[in-house]
Amino acid sequence: MKILVCISKTPDTTAKIAFADNNTKFDTAGVQWIINPYDEWYALVRAIELKEAKPDTVLHLATVGGADADPIIRKALALGGDEAFRINLDGADCYQVAYQLAQLITKGGYDLVLTGKETIDYNGSSLGGMIAGINDLAYVSLATQLEISDNKAIVTREIEGGEEVCEVAFPLVISAQKGMAEARIPNMRGIMAARTKPLSVIEPVAQDPLTTVTAFELPAPKAGVKLVAPDQVDELVRLLHQEAKVL
Amino acid sequence: MSVLIVIDTAEGVVKKSAFETLSYGADLAAQLGVNAIGLLLGATSEEAGSLGQYGIKKIVQANPDQPRADDPTVLADLVSKVAANEQSQVIVFSHSLSGKAIAPIVSAKTKAGLVTGVVELPNTSNGFIVKRAVFSGKAFSHVRIDTPIKLISVNPNSYKINTGGAPATLETISLPAAASRINITKRQKSSNELLLTEAETVVSAGRGLKGPENWGMIEELAKVMGAATACSRPVADAHWRPHNEHVGQTGVAIAPTLYVAIGISGAIQHLAGVNRSKVIVVINKDPEAPFFKAADYGIVGDAFEVVPALTAAVKKLKGV
Repeated sequence: MKILVCISKTPDTTAKIAFADNNTKFDTAGVQWIINPYDEWYALVRAIELKEAKPDTVLHLATVGGADADPIIRKALALGGDEAFRINLDGADCYQVAYQLAQLITKGGYDLVLTGKETIDYNGSSLGGMIAGINDLAYVSLATQLEISDNKAIVTREIEGGEEVCEVAFPLVISAQKGMAEARIPNMRGIMAARTKPLSVIEPVAQDPLTTVTAFELPAPKAGVKLVAPDQVDELVRLLHQEAKVL
Repeated sequence: MSVLIVIDTAEGVVKKSAFETLSYGADLAAQLGVNAIGLLLGATSEEAGSLGQYGIKKIVQANPDQPRADDPTVLADLVSKVAANEQSQVIVFSHSLSGKAIAPIVSAKTKAGLVTGVVELPNTSNGFIVKRAVFSGKAFSHVRIDTPIKLISVNPNSYKINTGGAPATLETISLPAAASRINITKRQKSSNELLLTEAETVVSAGRGLKGPENWGMIEELAKVMGAATACSRPVADAHWRPHNEHVGQTGVAIAPTLYVAIGISGAIQHLAGVNRSKVIVVINKDPEAPFFKAADYGIVGDAFEVVPALTAAVKKLKGV
């Protein structure tokens, strides 16, 4: 079986969110970059577990980004995976990124494509569905569990007010969320091995984005907390009822 | 020309997220001077005309004699077909579990630009620019859709629900549906009666509760408040509570009207999942807990004393 895990580079969860160039660009000054947690903890780790269970599985990683994404993809390789691809493009929107990955997937003939359910920066939740749409592959979104049996995937996905288990034949695309796997920390052997794993840089194919970010905006700051003494719970209820009008 | 609104249903029942999306779509259609059309996919157990109360004049129900398809590709195909029939220039989805599955497929198949997680009506004075939540609720971006047909999905709990519209007319249509590639073998409901992402009020607790055996008082408070229950990541990781209750960066992101956080310190990862809540109440015995900085109201005190007192006070207010 051939698996591709799509990896995105995102600012660290604790990074300060600020904007530059008249609020048109994310201010990257001083920002630490990480592997998007949904891609890493759920999609990638589950794929590694599948390969551990069946060592003849081929596990590739792919990202769309400039050379500054190389440390992130190396870090992902330190967790596991045989080789990686970086498509050399600063993607302007999700469709443009999905289009690049879709071409790589067609060429690579992957049985299973895994993405995180969303990135923690742009929160689009669209990459997996777009790849599936472009390549006409089956799509299961927001998966919490994944098992492989014979020639099909057995996937548990979240639905409104519950979950369902479904069986899907390969090839398919799955977006992964919490429940799929537990976070791992790369060990020294993995880090050393990652240095020599192949990382190929591929030039992008022409495809315009469908949308354009025109500006960013920070929310208005909170007015500050109104503290109520612990023995004045009635007063808190009164404030919620009469002042905030939420109770 | 029209605005087409894809209505979320589960087991034939229209979801609350759809009320918001229908209201949004109706107001957007008025702004553009075109018709708003609601789209039901598959059978429903309700009378569809009543959806007119949200400001919609016409409902199209595709394949009313079949259950809603399980495969998002099949649903996306139906949406595209109806959108073509109705010459829709905008398709509005809910940014719900179902909308997240269908909308990207429609976008990719029709090459129509998609913006997800939208929080306001678009600015259509110069192009079509929508405001959406980014950086896990820590910021917003304004995004222009550059294609003739525009796809948007509306964030739950971010748009006011219209009331008082006249009943809508219902038109049914039979469309050939593609074969499903997804074979459902088991379906199970979660124990939560209220869907976390749709709840107006959420009562959430963290490690400060010390153990799963202490959740009785949280459930009691949630019950009197009519709230859904939630928890922080360490609580879900320790299996004190199910994973689907975990709100935060890597769990569920919510935007209720009232969020009550009990015994949660308020790490930045947790805040990322709840900072779009309208009013935040924090109960924590540590006055230095970072959550107080993001709160509107707070009590520095022991949860084991404050929570039962709060339950009693809410009961008194509601006269129960």
